[in-house]
Amino acid sequence: MTGRIHSFQSLGTLDGPGVRFVAFFQGCPLRCGCCHNPDTWDPNGGTEYSAPEILQKALRCRAYFGKEGGVTLSGGEPLMQKEFAAEIFRLCKEENIHTCLDTSGCFAPESCAALLQNTDRVLLDIKYTQDALYRLHAGCEMENPLRFLSYLNAQSIPVTLRQVIIPTLNDTEENILALLCIAKTHPCVDKIELLPFKKICQTKYDSMGIPFPFAHLPTPDKEKMDALRALLGSYGG
Amino acid sequence: MEHQNWHGFTGGDWQNEINVRDFIQRNYKEYLGNESFLSGPTLRTQGLMKKVQSLFTLERQFGGVLDIDTATVSSLTSYSPGYIDKENEIIVGLQTNRPLKRGVNPFGGMRMVKQACEAYGYKLSAKVEEEFRFRTTHNDGVFRAYTDEMRKARKCHVITGLPDAYGRGRIIGDYRRVALYGVDRLIAEKKKDKAKLADAAFDTEQIRQDEELYQQIAFLGYMKEMAAMYGFDISRPAANAREAIQWTYFAYLGAIKEQNGAAMSLGRVSTFFDIYIERDIAMGILTEEGAQELMDDFVIKLRMARHLRTPEYNELFGGDPMWITEAVGGMGEDGRTLVTKNSYRMLNTLYTLGSSPEPNLTVLWAHSLPENFKKYCAKVSIDTDSIQYENDDLMRPIYGDDYAIACCVSAMKVGKQMQFFGARCNLAKLLLIAINGGYDTSSSMAIGPQMEPLQGDTLDYDQVMARMETYMDWLSHLYVNTMNVIHYMHDKYAYEKTQMALHDTSVERFMAFGIAGLSVVADSLSAIKYAAVHPIRNSEGFIVDFSTEGAFPKFGNDDDRVDLIAKNLAHDMITHLRKTPAYRGAIHTLSVLTITSNVMYGKNTGATPDGRKNAEPFAPGANPMHNREENGALASLNSVAKISYDDCRDGISNTFSITPDALGRNKEERTQNLVSILDGYFAQMAHHINVNVLNRETLMQAYENPEAFPNLTIRVSGYAVNFHKLSREQQREVISRTFHEAV
Repeated sequence: MTGRIHSFQSLGTLDGPGVRFVAFFQGCPLRCGCCHNPDTWDPNGGTEYSAPEILQKALRCRAYFGKEGGVTLSGGEPLMQKEFAAEIFRLCKEENIHTCLDTSGCFAPESCAALLQNTDRVLLDIKYTQDALYRLHAGCEMENPLRFLSYLNAQSIPVTLRQVIIPTLNDTEENILALLCIAKTHPCVDKIELLPFKKICQTKYDSMGIPFPFAHLPTPDKEKMDALRALLGSYGG
Repeated sequence: MEHQNWHGFTGGDWQNEINVRDFIQRNYKEYLGNESFLSGPTLRTQGLMKKVQSLFTLERQFGGVLDIDTATVSSLTSYSPGYIDKENEIIVGLQTNRPLKRGVNPFGGMRMVKQACEAYGYKLSAKVEEEFRFRTTHNDGVFRAYTDEMRKARKCHVITGLPDAYGRGRIIGDYRRVALYGVDRLIAEKKKDKAKLADAAFDTEQIRQDEELYQQIAFLGYMKEMAAMYGFDISRPAANAREAIQWTYFAYLGAIKEQNGAAMSLGRVSTFFDIYIERDIAMGILTEEGAQELMDDFVIKLRMARHLRTPEYNELFGGDPMWITEAVGGMGEDGRTLVTKNSYRMLNTLYTLGSSPEPNLTVLWAHSLPENFKKYCAKVSIDTDSIQYENDDLMRPIYGDDYAIACCVSAMKVGKQMQFFGARCNLAKLLLIAINGGYDTSSSMAIGPQMEPLQGDTLDYDQVMARMETYMDWLSHLYVNTMNVIHYMHDKYAYEKTQMALHDTSVERFMAFGIAGLSVVADSLSAIKYAAVHPIRNSEGFIVDFSTEGAFPKFGNDDDRVDLIAKNLAHDMITHLRKTPAYRGAIHTLSVLTITSNVMYGKNTGATPDGRKNAEPFAPGANPMHNREENGALASLNSVAKISYDDCRDGISNTFSITPDALGRNKEERTQNLVSILDGYFAQMAHHINVNVLNRETLMQAYENPEAFPNLTIRVSGYAVNFHKLSREQQREVISRTFHEAV
């Protein structure tokens, strides 16, 4: 089985526990205003690889994984090629490699059962805590990721919730409290990561000749991030 | 044999023969705990360090050299004792009579000394010149014997950085012997060796050895005199920790007073000292605070060491380095770790005294090192960028468990092996000379076998490789012969009397060759093989540039198509070198290491088929070329790990720079991730890695505003430097390097 890959990062330390080999999938159904990888949107872009080829690349990094590390599939949206992703994770588990899925969760979870069966942790991107913002700035309904999360909860798959903090949209205490509320009602969530909105991707948009939707928004300062992170309590890790 | 100063030590072979390893193995106490026992600096240390810092500032303000004694030739007893602050020093001894004052050492060559004095506004005294008028220096000897071709190879920079005008360095005396045995015992043993020689047939080698032993014995005597000037009697073994450190330091000091070799490395002293410290602590005459204070004072002395160099020298070896390399940690052959509390204390000096390039702290990393120690090393790396790591699991089976590192990456058994240092040849330039049939377009010189430049519109891989073979073979023969001349003359006119007195009389020798530009050549050959490389010729028909069409695999992406080209180049080179016998039966070794000379090598090399422009720097050491790594840091490390240590026994240097954010979200994660990276890299039998954890912006700020960052230390190729001591060109090159960043 083959799939389309945007790129690889052999040393990933931010997408899951420990040192990780990260494969960035090509193709994404969402159009988030804050997206820093617009070059992963086109499902026909990237380079074609087979699942065993990707496993081979991951195995080349295995010595570095230590006790915690492993393979992370990110993107783009890995669920757009869920059979391919499932095949990669199946091969990883045969090698006893820890697997981590970085997703927006905007797909019907039942359709991802084969993939999730071999997933050790999900990094679930909860973009906003209000449906209106989801519809306006991500291009999907909030119900989708919540359904996905319920499924993960039912399957007892450990979850890290992630959110990009974008000033004027979700940089409020209320938003974090809402996020905490989601976490508390889903015991599978053991961690929340808040990531600062960044604009270094502007050059990517420029080179693709498309507008960066959030170009006008400010980036959060360190104090703001620290203050919001302080609200996370034990979820802050 | 017994000595009262050995009370409390477990006896063994070491008492009956010179055998420091046996003493260590029988007496050291491994330490598996964490760093929580460590003490900070005492008020005394802080006060002394403040004085030292202001001396460093003054030195910087004076353009890098504080003072030169132009009238006294440096030797063990030629200066009256020098102090920083006599009342407040615990370990004493300076190279000259005043701190940071540099001596002159014309034994290696007079011209270099004169130029160095002039470069800093001094003039070498007529008296010294007169003294040397009737003396042959190493440099004189070499140039008497150099052939025309050797001179040409030197002039066009295809072989560069040769130690033919100053001390060769890269020799580590077993300085610990002075502490353990006292000088009188060492003299007695050398006299026995000399007496034994008399029974053998007196051929050239025997006579040479006999004379060398005479010199060694004489200089052991001078070492005693030197120590006596400071009020110490080192004829007997050290009685306590303070004496053990002082005696060892005197031995090292003697070496750096006598010799101005590029790399004057220290060896492996931390765990040796620990035995004395443990004994003193057990007897209640030393506290932890006191132990750290001893190490701090010792390290302060090491940080004061200087040699007088010319600006041309600094272009090769930027940052005024001494390579006072100290190997820390590692495992013993019996499975116990050689990590002791004093391994921690040595690393702790980077906190008690602040980060610093010297001593060149080199952690011998092994899979089974204690986890606590691994984490501490990673933490120190992240905080200070001052440590390099070398693979103990790779070296221990070859050198045993009492080896050390000379310079950056050159392993040798302490006191049993030495090397003849041979700088490096420029492999990228050689490729261009080969393509042009024996013509170097950068210097406009014909050199090597003469034939037609390669013809045709597109370079053919097989044709280029065949040419490369021919020219590698030619250069290797020339290179070995050149080295033979240099080291014959160095032995004859500038023999290391102090350092060799601290070796076994029967010593094993390496001859260490080197290559620069490995990744440039690998990528160039890959371009020729996998893309279409069209040569661009000048009016004389020589190829001066290339236009490359299409993509090609690049070294640093864990892609065998090009990585194996690099691996095979190193293999071919050492195979060719071995064909020409080395002076004094030395074993040929090869390094992939550039120090900062990758900038100068690049400057003297035309455009290459990989897309590197004329005069652009090479990557340092075995590093992939800047910004060609497309799959992240581990893929890059994997590429370098493929180069075989069996081919490159003199070391394979890799410099790894990563931003803190790319290493993890917080300090704890960063530390753990760095441990995982080091474990992973060395599990693949990679040899060496420099670790820098910092942001490019910090370097850019330091570039713009050097005064604001006087202590910013950064690992370059095999050593560390104060960033501000690099030339502007070298600084720019460091900034342009690949920093593995978080996306």
